[in-house]
Amino acid sequence: MDWLWFTVCGIAGGTIGGMGMGGGTVLIPLLSIAMGVPQRLAQAINLISFVPMAVIALIIHVKNGLVATKGLWWIVLSGLIFCTVGCFVARWIEADLLKRLFGGFLIVLSVFQVYFAVRKKGKDK
Amino acid sequence: MEENIETDKKTARKNERGNLSLKLATGAIAGFINGLFGGGGGMIVVPCLKYLLKYETGMAHATAIAVILPLSVLSGLFYTFFGDFSWESAVFTTLGVIAGGIMGAFLLKKLTSKPLTLIFSVIMAIAGVKMLFF
Repeated sequence: MDWLWFTVCGIAGGTIGGMGMGGGTVLIPLLSIAMGVPQRLAQAINLISFVPMAVIALIIHVKNGLVATKGLWWIVLSGLIFCTVGCFVARWIEADLLKRLFGGFLIVLSVFQVYFAVRKKGKDK
Repeated sequence: MEENIETDKKTARKNERGNLSLKLATGAIAGFINGLFGGGGGMIVVPCLKYLLKYETGMAHATAIAVILPLSVLSGLFYTFFGDFSWESAVFTTLGVIAGGIMGAFLLKKLTSKPLTLIFSVIMAIAGVKMLFF
């Protein structure tokens, strides 16, 4: 029955991601807390499951002329170098510490999200 | 007149250089986070593009996918290479994400996201506390 729950977690993360609110930040805690998947595996699943949907979304966005290509390579190049560093750090530290760090990251993100949402509301008035 | 044009060119070059360092910084932070946590890079790239590089919202979201996609492919390869992979979870979660992603894109046009963002942030914070302390 696990396959059903993996699908359900995917749908939940995908829906939030499709709405532009960060699917991975839903999918990883769901897999980790609800399904008991080890932290590193949950992260790996999130990375892989994001790829096909991102390819589809990107093709649509490029067709609609929404992707700013000028200077994009600099962001990607720097990103590729530092994501390699991040991957090795994730590999070297204890899984328990990684999970706790991820928890801290979620708290920081939610504080920022509330701040930006509230600030936007103020602007609308 | 010519002097003005010279100054304009200088300012443009300076802005370009400023933009370049902002772009490198955006990539560095988002890349490190995306590699370390296996996600969440988009949550860094979107606000950076919007507020630091002054992209419009739609363009920021679309361009963020173009940035995160190659990072996720490379990170996914590293994780798999390090032995963190399972077929069952990967295949079914991916199918779920595709279905959910299509649903989310349609929902986005029908729902106002502000109250949703707040509810979602609270849930995220609770999950964060659970993972940090328990």
